[in-house]
Amino acid sequence: MRLRPLQITLWIAAILATAVFAWSRWPAANQVSSEASMAFEPSFALADGEGNLRTSAEFRGKFLLVFFGFTNCPDVCPTTLSDVAQVMDDLGADAGKVQPLFISVDPERDRELGLNDFTAAFHPAIIGLAGTDAETRAAAQSFKIFFEREADPTAPDGYTMSHSPGLFLVGPDGAWLRQFSYGTAAAEILSDLQSRF
Amino acid sequence: MKPLIMPFALILAATTAQACETVTLGDLTIEHAWSKATIGADRPAVFYVEISNRGATDDALVGISTPAAGMPMLHETVVKDGVASMPHSMTIPVPAGQAVQLAPGGYHGMLMGLSAALKAGDRFPMTLTFEKAGKVTVNVDVLPLRAEGPDCLDAGQ
Repeated sequence: MRLRPLQITLWIAAILATAVFAWSRWPAANQVSSEASMAFEPSFALADGEGNLRTSAEFRGKFLLVFFGFTNCPDVCPTTLSDVAQVMDDLGADAGKVQPLFISVDPERDRELGLNDFTAAFHPAIIGLAGTDAETRAAAQSFKIFFEREADPTAPDGYTMSHSPGLFLVGPDGAWLRQFSYGTAAAEILSDLQSRF
Repeated sequence: MKPLIMPFALILAATTAQACETVTLGDLTIEHAWSKATIGADRPAVFYVEISNRGATDDALVGISTPAAGMPMLHETVVKDGVASMPHSMTIPVPAGQAVQLAPGGYHGMLMGLSAALKAGDRFPMTLTFEKAGKVTVNVDVLPLRAEGPDCLDAGQ
């Protein structure tokens, strides 16, 4: 079959467009992958339920399982903390190698409602942290996560919190290791941890 | 992962053979109504249920009410671009011939203004209002805080 000049022109245009598109995407794709593989050390300095300041430095030597949430949250937070509790139970003798942390993104209200009775209801090993607004923002930034207060007249006190629902794993050297996305099964988190001991 | 699931399922079956009542309202079947124990009465409780529509007409859950909470609302957990938020959901569609689940990580009832803390083993009534089928009241079983859902296989449901 012979191609007419118009067809040939169209084919050349299509090939050129594809090439230009691929070329324009290339640096962006490279940038994303190098960012993702770049090691970083999340850090925080936040008060626990007793009001004592706890810092990321004091947990060196242990794996940290970190969840950002708020105690008024009825669905996502209890589901994730239940998974964390299951992981801690299933770790058995290795439980001492892992410190689960719950960092409040709604610190003022959570301190009023009680941080310790909330975390203890899931598992005694979980430490709840609720700092000042500035400390909380700094902690979230160091984990590269997002949270925001949203006005909602149908929620308690007229607002709710949107937040990154992942569970974050930090290594014994303080370096960020990975995220478990919301809904990751406890068994999967457990086997990932066990592969690192 | 498979071998881990079996023992876990057996443990669930042994401890939580509840929330297995089935209620029908016209073409709608409502079952597995459950909630979780709360930590005190100041934090909201949650309400989960399964609704199936065997009919040929679309319906929708438009409201919930219960003596257990002063302000029960329908919500949906939405995870978009890595952020979870919980927009208020005015109605939950129950399309003809389909089943909809209010389940962890999705649609749920948020029960604010609890009259008392909910304890595992408690049971409270919940009235569901549907756009077309009308109202029906189901019993909600309160499961432990860490429960992932009721297990009704052993109850013959």
